[in-house]
Amino acid sequence: MELLIAFAIGLLAACGLYLILRQRTFPLIVGLSLLSYAVNLFLFASGRLAPNLPPIISKSATGYTDPLPQALVLTAIVISFGMTAVIVLMSLGAWLTAGHDRTDMPAESNGGDDA
Amino acid sequence: MTHWIILPVVLPAMLAPLLVLARHNLPLQRILGLAGTTALLALSLLLMTQSATPQLYRLGDWPAPFGIVLVLDRLAALMLVLTATLALVIHTYAVLTRWDARGKHFHALYLFQLMGLNGAFLTGDLFNLFVFFEVLLIASYGLMVHGAGRDRLRAGIQYVAFNLIASSLFLFALGLIYAVTGTLNMADLSVKIAALPAGDHALIRVAAVMLIGVFAIKGALVPLQFWLPGTYANAPGPVAALFAIMTKVGAYAILRTITLILPATSPAIGALLTDLLLPAAALTLLVGAIGTLGARTLPRLAALAAIASVGTLFLALAANTPQATTAGLYYLIHSTLATAAIFLIADQVTMRRSATLQTGPHLPAPLAALFFATAIALAGLPPLSGFIGKLLVLDALRDHPALWALILTTSFLMILGFARAGSALFWKSAEPATAKPDPLAWATIATLLALLAALTLCAGPVADWLALTAQDLHTPAAYIAANGLTAP
Repeated sequence: MELLIAFAIGLLAACGLYLILRQRTFPLIVGLSLLSYAVNLFLFASGRLAPNLPPIISKSATGYTDPLPQALVLTAIVISFGMTAVIVLMSLGAWLTAGHDRTDMPAESNGGDDA
Repeated sequence: MTHWIILPVVLPAMLAPLLVLARHNLPLQRILGLAGTTALLALSLLLMTQSATPQLYRLGDWPAPFGIVLVLDRLAALMLVLTATLALVIHTYAVLTRWDARGKHFHALYLFQLMGLNGAFLTGDLFNLFVFFEVLLIASYGLMVHGAGRDRLRAGIQYVAFNLIASSLFLFALGLIYAVTGTLNMADLSVKIAALPAGDHALIRVAAVMLIGVFAIKGALVPLQFWLPGTYANAPGPVAALFAIMTKVGAYAILRTITLILPATSPAIGALLTDLLLPAAALTLLVGAIGTLGARTLPRLAALAAIASVGTLFLALAANTPQATTAGLYYLIHSTLATAAIFLIADQVTMRRSATLQTGPHLPAPLAALFFATAIALAGLPPLSGFIGKLLVLDALRDHPALWALILTTSFLMILGFARAGSALFWKSAEPATAKPDPLAWATIATLLALLAALTLCAGPVADWLALTAQDLHTPAAYIAANGLTAP
């Protein structure tokens, strides 16, 4: 199972990075989402993988899994949801004002220098 | 346990939703917003008087390694006061220049931003630091595109995308740290990482480098500085000025990391982080200073000068001795105020003419005087605090002759860059003045310069207090004890 999770995280992160580098806002947003899924899985795994164990106290439990990573993942999901909403709205705004969805800046607005 | 410690976070958090409700009433927003920033300044000054020994605030009253804690120590208090001072001046400027009237939610976003900043400086928990980073970032996204416009939106998307990637990296680092140590409380991490078995050293070193990478993105260290010039140059003037504190959040986090969480004294880390930071800081200074020579608009010049000042700051922090940290903290105060001033001046200039560094309409003499004084401060010439700051940094880097040469050369480059910009903007002017003078807005910029002058005059007492701060940072036993834990 560890191997499967590791492959899944690696694949999600790789696809996410590839899409982020596409320089268009839609692939960028999908890529950022994939990257955040990879992060969430990774955080989840950081409490060790323990199947069929409860995270909260129960009388019939034989052992416990670490509840903290689950709380962390929940926070991370909420935050990445909010952030995705923000970037979607900003992308829409940029698309409506500029007429295209490239993410790089037009040359004239940089004043030519690019440090 | 005093409840005052949580107020810098709770006060803006309560006020900001009220401001959203009052979105159609600009005068009310202004009164509430300015009252809020004034109260924050009073509050942080009060907290500063109580910061001699680190104080703990337990959220939900859970003891330290299990619950989230806020810790008020000298460094946190210093950053709170600096943020609140800067925020009050810039807030006043934004109201006077009617920047706040260009969108409905300026004041609410501004207070959310302050809430995130204050929380990031106060928190004693690494995951909570991530959460406050996101709070201040999401507010900064809103502020960054305040007033909209095509270039501003596109620069905003780059800024958001860059920071979302940084946030993912931050979470990877946190996951790794939690997997190795089983805790995210900063003081507890300090204890646990010092006693880590040798088998886990490689993992924690990976996490350490990722963590420093994230903070280097926030602090705009080369080679992770690409987001800064576009963002700062396209952000509204007052917002860019407030962002002067954002790079300092990165500096603050790195300072906490290399002194408390992952200190060079722990066997797992050693000199790993400082060895990475020192060349990056040197490059940052060089790139920023050369950039000021090549900048074609005033906001970009200001952004590149901000990068150069971050470079000087990180040189001092990376040296990682109490003396160098003192110098770094002094330079941090100076560079925050001076960078904010140059962005406000850039805003005043771009209101009156095109931002390009070519001859254009005549600009008023007081504005030229303000630019001259700020340029002196940023380049590090006497008599303003930039000179004393650089002197302190040089004094702390006595063992590094190459860095002396670098700091002196880059200071010269920045003098050239500012002289070129100043003469193009203010010296030669073909056409008569078009816009009317704005003495009140200039007075707020002059306030920042007066603060710099005060920082110069009181350099002795300030440096003494900062030396105590640096001492606390380099012997974190008191910080750890305040968390109810015992230092190794």
